[in-house]
Amino acid sequence: MNPARQEYPGHGQQVTHNRPYAIATLAIFAWLPLMLHVIAGSRLGMARDWILLPAIPAAIVLFLIAWRALAHSTMARTGLCIAGFWIAMALLAPFLPLADPNKPLAPFAVPGSTHEGYLFLLGADMKGRDMLARVVWGCQRVIVWGGSATAIAYLFGTLAGLAAGYWRGWTDTILSFLGNVALSFPVMVLFILILNVLGPGGFNIIIAVTFASAPAVMRIVRGLTINLREEAYVKAAQMRGERALFILLVELLPNMRGPLLADLALRLGYTIVAITALTFLGLGLQPPDPDWGLMIAEAARVAVLWKFAYMLLIPALAVTSLVLGFNLIADGMTGGRAHANVAPEPAP
Amino acid sequence: MIRLILSRLGQMLLMMAAVSLILFAVFDTEKYRKRIAVAELGGLAVSALSQSDYDAWLDKKGLNAPLHTRYVNWIAGLTRGDFGYSIEKDTAVGPLVGAHLARTGLLALFTLALVIPLALLLGVLAGMREASRTDRTISTIAIVTTSIPEIAIAIFLTALFALGLGWLPAKSAMHGGFEMSKLVLPVLTLVIFDFGYITRITRASMAQVMGAEYIRTAVLKGLPQSRIIVRHALRNALIAPFTIIVLQINWLISGLIVIETFFQYGGIGKLLVEAARFGDVQVIQAITLLAVAAAVLSQLISDIGYAWLNPRMRSGAPA
Repeated sequence: MNPARQEYPGHGQQVTHNRPYAIATLAIFAWLPLMLHVIAGSRLGMARDWILLPAIPAAIVLFLIAWRALAHSTMARTGLCIAGFWIAMALLAPFLPLADPNKPLAPFAVPGSTHEGYLFLLGADMKGRDMLARVVWGCQRVIVWGGSATAIAYLFGTLAGLAAGYWRGWTDTILSFLGNVALSFPVMVLFILILNVLGPGGFNIIIAVTFASAPAVMRIVRGLTINLREEAYVKAAQMRGERALFILLVELLPNMRGPLLADLALRLGYTIVAITALTFLGLGLQPPDPDWGLMIAEAARVAVLWKFAYMLLIPALAVTSLVLGFNLIADGMTGGRAHANVAPEPAP
Repeated sequence: MIRLILSRLGQMLLMMAAVSLILFAVFDTEKYRKRIAVAELGGLAVSALSQSDYDAWLDKKGLNAPLHTRYVNWIAGLTRGDFGYSIEKDTAVGPLVGAHLARTGLLALFTLALVIPLALLLGVLAGMREASRTDRTISTIAIVTTSIPEIAIAIFLTALFALGLGWLPAKSAMHGGFEMSKLVLPVLTLVIFDFGYITRITRASMAQVMGAEYIRTAVLKGLPQSRIIVRHALRNALIAPFTIIVLQINWLISGLIVIETFFQYGGIGKLLVEAARFGDVQVIQAITLLAVAAAVLSQLISDIGYAWLNPRMRSGAPA
């Protein structure tokens, strides 16, 4: 119906190498250690920090691949550098010479001041915890929870979208109706509702994001599948008698990676914003976890003077730069059309 | 056209039925029933009750009836304007939500009154001549502002205008009655949060129209630029933005929740967050239902409006 809705970001553009599944494996290699480090860290003991080591080369290779693939756009490369910086911080946090993010050292120390021989580059918050350490560790939290939530939403959304678009009929009707019901909630209202039923916490954020994002992903994948299923190579595979699962995952899915990757970059940004906002509202991660949303929530009560505005400004700048990084990547990939399809959920 | 409206209305009713059923079922558990009992009878009384007494109380309140009966009762209550009782605030939900809704409405009204003209003007200016310097400047501003999270915009504005310059109050809780100065920062935040997206849609739509054959014809006929834009281009270019302005109500509601909480503005978003923290079920139910109704209704308006504005859709062609 709407002209903006019929085009998909980056459709038909070559944005990655020719081996999407190899790159996906590499991404899992970079991701899994980080996830284990944050989610199961307390049970790993000594191995907690060393488990991150294999992720570092994987992340570097991924960065180089993305750098080459985004050669056509300076904007996307700028975004990649910003996002890359924060991912590097997340991976290197345990190895950097930082103070303990939860240890009270010097309350209200302003940025650049020195207390007991320790330089507070970004100052300390009202409890005296080093802001620099909290920002770096907080970035690890937000990237891990945001990334995992987006990944799981993508898993469900993609499968449902492929099924709805390929088989049409009743499958499509039912899945699309369920998707439309979920999308009729304003995102934040849906988050609050789900977290209220399940209780706050990281895993429940993943579930909430899945409910909110998977239908939107499904809608995009469904549209792409409907377009692609008429292609000659799909007909050829059907003639050869390939199984439906093979056609979906090997013939169809890799051919929609352009628009999907652009949407992924945008959605990662939105999820990170949503998690920060939820934590700020007191419904996400709970204290004393170092998290950007929590830093804002705690500082909002005390920072009433310009002198202490840094407590609010630093986490705000951090989350803005990370989201801007992802959005610039998406925009560079699509030639500036990325937001046209994702930002506020379009009508069914 | 009539068929389109009827089918959309049907879809909307189906959607509301599904949402209300979900909302009802989610909060219709033993845990929440107990909470109602505790609120009504007091915690000690509930723990002192024997199981049979508790069951008798549930029977009396109609909480033991079969699910479908209770759902019908609940819906019947809603139609009478009985939205239940707020445990936390100790008042009826209807008037409570109404008072907060009025404040949020005021905030949204000011925001939209600023966003719509601003976004349309910037979008048309940018789309008039694609790739011109004006276009590049406006597009970049629009990308950057849509990329900044609403919470960060609120912080930057507070730091600058309230903490730094001291021109405006940092918090907007209006205990002593309405104050215009306390509305400025929340409205400004929402405007910055919201205008970029509509600007981009308007720009894209305008650029598409300016490339159309009939505009070239108008140019070749020697019509003045201003006349081409006002009389020929705008009519078609504003169709897409119209649907988007209505559709992004959903987006605005999400932003409102965070911004009202940040500025301590006593609107519906802050009420929802407080209810969620406290587990005030019937307030959550009422506000969620209201939010979904607003979203679904705006979708209906957008679909019908689009069909009405677009001559190709008016003749009853399949939607």
